[in-house]
Amino acid sequence: MSTLSDPPKGSFRLSMLLNDTRYRSMTLQVIAAIILVSALGYLYSNLATNLREAGLNISFGFLGSSAGYDINQTLIDYNSQSTNLRAAFVGILNTLLVAFMACITATILGVFAGVLRLSNNWLVRKLMSFYVEIFRNIPVLIWIIIIFTIMTAVMPGPREFRGDEPTASMFMDLFAFTNRGVYTPAPYFTRGFGGGEGSALNWLLALAVLVASFFGARFMTKRANVVQEATGIRPNTLWTNLAIWLLPITVFCLILGLAWDIPVLKGFNFGGGIKIGGPLIALWLALSVYTGAFIAENVRAGIQAVSQGQTEAAAALGIRPRRVMSLVVLPQALRVIIPPLISQYLNITKNSSLAIVVGYADITATLGGITLNQTGRAIECVLLLMLFYLVISLTISTAMNVYNSSMKLKER
Amino acid sequence: MAEAAKLQVSDEIAISIQKMNKWYGTFHVLRDIDLTVHRGERIVICGPSGSGKSTLIRCINALEEHQKGSIEVDGTLLSSDLKNIDKIRSEVGMCFQHFNLFPHLTILENCTLAPIWVRKTPKKEAEEIAMHFLEKVKIPDQADKYPGQLSGGQQQRVAIARSLCMRPRIMLFDEPTSALDPEMIKEVLDTMIELAEEGMTMLCVTHEMGFARQVANRVIFMDQGQIVEQNEPEAFFNNPQSPRTQLFLSQILGH
Ligand SMILES: Nc1ncnc2c1ncn2[C@@H]1O[C@H](COP(=O)(O)OP(=O)(O)OP(=O)(O)O)[C@@H](O)[C@H]1O
Ligand SMILES: [Mg+2]
Repeated sequence: MSTLSDPPKGSFRLSMLLNDTRYRSMTLQVIAAIILVSALGYLYSNLATNLREAGLNISFGFLGSSAGYDINQTLIDYNSQSTNLRAAFVGILNTLLVAFMACITATILGVFAGVLRLSNNWLVRKLMSFYVEIFRNIPVLIWIIIIFTIMTAVMPGPREFRGDEPTASMFMDLFAFTNRGVYTPAPYFTRGFGGGEGSALNWLLALAVLVASFFGARFMTKRANVVQEATGIRPNTLWTNLAIWLLPITVFCLILGLAWDIPVLKGFNFGGGIKIGGPLIALWLALSVYTGAFIAENVRAGIQAVSQGQTEAAAALGIRPRRVMSLVVLPQALRVIIPPLISQYLNITKNSSLAIVVGYADITATLGGITLNQTGRAIECVLLLMLFYLVISLTISTAMNVYNSSMKLKER
Repeated sequence: MAEAAKLQVSDEIAISIQKMNKWYGTFHVLRDIDLTVHRGERIVICGPSGSGKSTLIRCINALEEHQKGSIEVDGTLLSSDLKNIDKIRSEVGMCFQHFNLFPHLTILENCTLAPIWVRKTPKKEAEEIAMHFLEKVKIPDQADKYPGQLSGGQQQRVAIARSLCMRPRIMLFDEPTSALDPEMIKEVLDTMIELAEEGMTMLCVTHEMGFARQVANRVIFMDQGQIVEQNEPEAFFNNPQSPRTQLFLSQILGH
């Protein structure tokens, strides 16, 4: 009698390629690869022939020529004389800005709503279910339009802040909420390096101070662990941590003379300060509440996936509820929460391309919109767009996967 | 041996439950439970499924709250006062049917978690204590593995060691062997017998009648939320008084 693992005895028949478990998957893969390669080859030769017949060629030269259009919300210097490449960079930064902001707020919202959906309070629980159901069951595009429409319809225009009897007033004389967006005070340094206000060096230094604080705080946590291991008693790190975070940056700001440029009404519009455009706010809010509802469900599922028995066993050992959460429940829940969280972050990034409906200048609106229409370089623009989203998405998922595998349960 | 063990029972009262009642909503799970356990006593609780055995022992360490009557453990009255609950939980260890080890921690970490965070024991010392008890349950060589890598019997012995690391004066067991394959039941029971011989006060929900005969001072039979009958093992098994007990015993001993 021969068993499965016996080597084939001489007689190899062609049918074994499909029927024998040893060859079957290999055969299927080879067939799939052949089909894929020939399909791609056909598409490419088709494209090349059509382009040649239409007298077109693929060239990225247009990126260097002047864009010729204005962008209302930019993070870097830009005017209509700038190149298409620079316009694309403005778009990339805008995409990253709104995606980054939305990821943070959606996570906060989602964690809150997800935890509160498990609350013992009936009203809170129902409210959170209502939030989740209403936001995840209506398309995000509709939410973007709704929020944008409400903002432009309800908020006062800048002109209503003018005159002796203005119908609108600034919030605490610092913030102006208008139908064009929100104007907030802008920080700058009066005694900064690099010869004056707004120099990037000052901000890099401020960032460096915060990073140093971060490592300082990490060091204190490690020290607390060591002390606890040695003596059993964990030193209270709250105050030292607060000091480590707040003191250096406060001193830094005092030395460099931090000041605020407050928005004021100049003519028909506000000047000074920072303008956060209405489209950005609408897109950011819509992406946050919409994705937050999905994250809430992930968080709830994650916490529920940790069996009641775990909490009970920890409680029976005398561990207090807060510690049960941080030592027993969360480490296990995170394993369940993180993988879907990765795809929510990817969704935010990709959904941010809906910016075009409210006129927010993200990469799809600049490179994939105006530049494409003006230059007619559709193939090149779309290729670049695809490349950009692919790179961003892969970066996010790689980073999160690394984090995930560091949290993963070893050997179940 | 059983005789020698019985001598260790002292007059000191470990657990005193009086007129205790519990409801789940409108469902009356426990009715007028009166139970006094002396230090060093070993009690086996049995009864049909749904009779409230688990609920009773879970009330003792406040995993469930009771609505009427009183529970006193080592002189501490169980109330909604967190301090009292903490105090009682630090004196009462518990083992569950499904072990409930923490799957994200190693065996050693499972055993040191509570001593470190509740007893504020230095890590080194906590690990020494943990190794001591892991040796006692005969699995010191598994200390660095994760619960998922152990057999059911080994996991339950780790769960016992984990409880012992908190140095409890009373141990509660809720069907510790009923999720185990037959060949693993013995190793867990042996561990429990050893514990009994050292004079640990034990309350054990189990249907292992051999275990009951060998180590229990008293067997309690529960049905429909009430203690129907209690007696010394010999008398309980050979001469049950109530018809419900007789029926139950004939069912579990019959086959
Ligand atoms: N959380 C709960 N809510 C409502 N009813 C419950 C709850 N937990 C248990 N019960 C009910 O209380 C009764 C007693 O349950 P308990 O778990 O104490 O029984 P048991 O004697 O341990 O049974 P078993 O041998 O099956 O473990 C059962 O009828 C059960 O359905
Ligand atoms: Mg039970």
